Amino acid sequence: MKTPLSRREFLQAGGALVVGFTIPGPAYAQRPRGDIPVGRTLDTAEVDGFIAVNADGSVTIFSGKVDLGQGLRIAIPQMAAEELGIGVDRIAMVEGDTGLTPDQGATAGSSGIMRGGVQIRQAAATARETLIGLAATRTGKPAADFDTIDGEVRPKSGGAGIRFGDLVGDKRLGVKVDAKAKLRDPASYRIVGQPLARPDIPGKVNGQHVFVHDFKIDGMLHGRVVRPPAVGAKLLAVDEASISAIPGARVVRVNDFLGVVAGSEWDAISAARLLKTQWSESAPLLGADAVRGWMRAGPFEADETLLKKGDARQALAAAKKVSAEFYWPMQSHASMGPSCAVADVRDGKATVWSASQATHRFRETIAKALALPKDAVRVVYLDGSGCYGMNGHDDAAADAALLSKAVARPVRVQWSREDEHGWDPKAPPQLLSLEGAVSDDGKIAAWRTDMWIPKATANLPNMPLLALDAAGIAQTPGLTTGLISQNGDPPYAVAHQEVVVHWLKSSPLRPSNFRAPGKVANCFAVESFTDMLAAHARRDAVEFRLQGVSDPRGIEVIRRAAALIGWQPRPSPAPSATGAGRGFAYMHYKHYESYVAMAIEADVDKASGSIRVRRVACAHDCGLIINPATLKAQIEGNVLQTLSRTLFEEVAFDRSRVTSVDWASYPILRFPDAPEVLIELVNRPLDPPLGAGEASATPVPAALANAVYDAIGARVTTVPFTRERVRAAVAGA
Amino acid sequence: MPSFTLNVNGESRTVEVRDPDEPLLYVLRNSLSLTGAKFGCGLGQCGACTVIVDDEAVRSCRMPVSKAAGKKITTVEGLGTPDKPHPLHAAFVAEQAAQCGYCVTGMVMTGAAALARKPNLSREDAQQALAGNLCRCGTHDRILRAMLRASGKAPT
Repeated sequence: MKTPLSRREFLQAGGALVVGFTIPGPAYAQRPRGDIPVGRTLDTAEVDGFIAVNADGSVTIFSGKVDLGQGLRIAIPQMAAEELGIGVDRIAMVEGDTGLTPDQGATAGSSGIMRGGVQIRQAAATARETLIGLAATRTGKPAADFDTIDGEVRPKSGGAGIRFGDLVGDKRLGVKVDAKAKLRDPASYRIVGQPLARPDIPGKVNGQHVFVHDFKIDGMLHGRVVRPPAVGAKLLAVDEASISAIPGARVVRVNDFLGVVAGSEWDAISAARLLKTQWSESAPLLGADAVRGWMRAGPFEADETLLKKGDARQALAAAKKVSAEFYWPMQSHASMGPSCAVADVRDGKATVWSASQATHRFRETIAKALALPKDAVRVVYLDGSGCYGMNGHDDAAADAALLSKAVARPVRVQWSREDEHGWDPKAPPQLLSLEGAVSDDGKIAAWRTDMWIPKATANLPNMPLLALDAAGIAQTPGLTTGLISQNGDPPYAVAHQEVVVHWLKSSPLRPSNFRAPGKVANCFAVESFTDMLAAHARRDAVEFRLQGVSDPRGIEVIRRAAALIGWQPRPSPAPSATGAGRGFAYMHYKHYESYVAMAIEADVDKASGSIRVRRVACAHDCGLIINPATLKAQIEGNVLQTLSRTLFEEVAFDRSRVTSVDWASYPILRFPDAPEVLIELVNRPLDPPLGAGEASATPVPAALANAVYDAIGARVTTVPFTRERVRAAVAGA
Repeated sequence: MPSFTLNVNGESRTVEVRDPDEPLLYVLRNSLSLTGAKFGCGLGQCGACTVIVDDEAVRSCRMPVSKAAGKKITTVEGLGTPDKPHPLHAAFVAEQAAQCGYCVTGMVMTGAAALARKPNLSREDAQQALAGNLCRCGTHDRILRAMLRASGKAPT
């Protein structure tokens, strides 16, 4: 074993950027830390990159993955605590600080546990072996005689142990993460699998928790960006005298980037409202009504065959074909708290406090934009309002950075509601056309999917940011969407299948990834269409699905979801006087991640077109469960948020601007609409833990569409399921 | 500069503002460092900024500070403390009724006002009481359970 470096020696060798700051509010272990000196190793190959054993015997975890409200702040410490052999209450976690935490990639794609937590777990298992090795050396006994329990290395035969802090003292562990370090046997788990409470909830409930919106530093000014009245408009004139009534308020202009800063937040808001500006006319957009036609017409980047098995075209030509088209509109992340950031750009250095999902990636972007070396920039994660993908958080941070640079003072920027709804990057639109046929024995014989979606730009370093665009600061242009072409094929055995994607060159509004990117719409189409085939064959929807699934984990969630809601086998539709219907959908996320099956009961009023969702039942298998309580919360959130997207949400825009810029014009699910959500978790202790932040969002729209069809015999194929659309479906059925 | 004396969480606080129309929300958050109430929309549409003014749940983003003077204002910080939590605080923690948690203090304040009017709420009562509060994370079911728990209903 290498001689551990002392922390002092290590710090001397490390970087010099030390930015002291303190976070107000009550001490809870997992709050972000400003008091740990920068300079520790951020190497993901080193145990020290992730884990510090402190002299007092407590442990600090340094996580590149951040808690966005999904519960990683308890789940990752649980994974580490289990391997280390220490109580979770003795572990603090630092998250997403480019000065302190390794780059584990963006907190996106349900990767927090599956990749980030697993990486830290392996470091913790290595640390346990190292600690045991230190105890063995000290006592002269074999390592095999020891285990770690409650923060001590103890002889398995009993007797006194040695505290972690006494073994490590002021030293680093100085070992590489060992991919072969043995993980504990799941049968012995004491911490993983427990529904431990999240440490941040008490502070969030009583108002003490510090969100980025609540963060203040000395000398901080408040800034607001003045957006153009139309996308792409050029700033022709600014009347700086128009805000002279507000003491201390000043205008910052960099080409078409326009902002105001002031000593108080209300002064900044007032100045932004008062400022007289003149902008060029601009009408570069399609307008929402033209999107669907544009998707069929192009221009296209390329066509790509994603899947080809057998000869679907020939099989369909010979069969009695069923076909349908499904459309998913552009939607907003619609975060409750408009995006916010604080930036301090002075003296050749920059610190940015941001709710970024990817602080390391963003550091490169912001360093380039500010023409600073990467090492002179630190990005520190603080909790934001739930983002569900790339909302405006990176944009707000760039806004704050440009304003701070201009005034050489720390600046806080919070967007307005109109900014957030109007300018956050949007989930791209999706159009799918499906064809299929059923064999005489009631199985899916052939299937084709055509999808029309924007093509993401390969290796795009960051989503292009509004502030940089307006200021004329060079950045790599392109589209970011997430992996939106997955799960366009059925999760069932079909001999003849083909999936073709028609890649569009652009997107009607600046796109970004939105929770379960693309796969919500793809599952809507695939699982609605599966129901159409089942109805065509006069088969029960659950039985029809089961006959096509051979994976036992898929079969289990399907059976459990059906049992949970009390599913009675019969074909759909079965219209009744009450308007009650039930629908089912199944998803094997990306075909290699979590398994989800869902049943929904809804009441549909044929005359008015109104839909009332009564109950949702979800069976969920994401492998090993780390924390069943936070897992359930994620599933509930996926279900309710996706019901909202399915029932209510569509971004409205004309040729110049987004016009759905508040909660009246972009309604979301409200409390009276909230159904009961029943959840059954399938734990697989011997399988790897998979992601749960996205998968259970995907079956919601199809399960609901199938319930509507069951209730009234009419199929809704366009989201959102407005009353008008339901009535139109009834008229066309 | 105009100055106003506010009764906040049982204490008398005097604030100076440039603009008497400055919404109470900014005065609470910035002048008084009570950041529990959040800015959500500034339009009175979402409820994230809710505080209790003279026993009514009020959107502090829409109430000018001049109109709040002389009234009894309770913010989430005044409803209870970590050591002595309001029953609704305790119920929200017990039900783990927050995901991102940005909107949750507004839920607590709206809920506390509703419970003060009617201590024994049904699920439907709670749904109606919170109908004007928005949550984007989809925490509705847990928040309703917390409301029922605070109302003395056995947890389900």
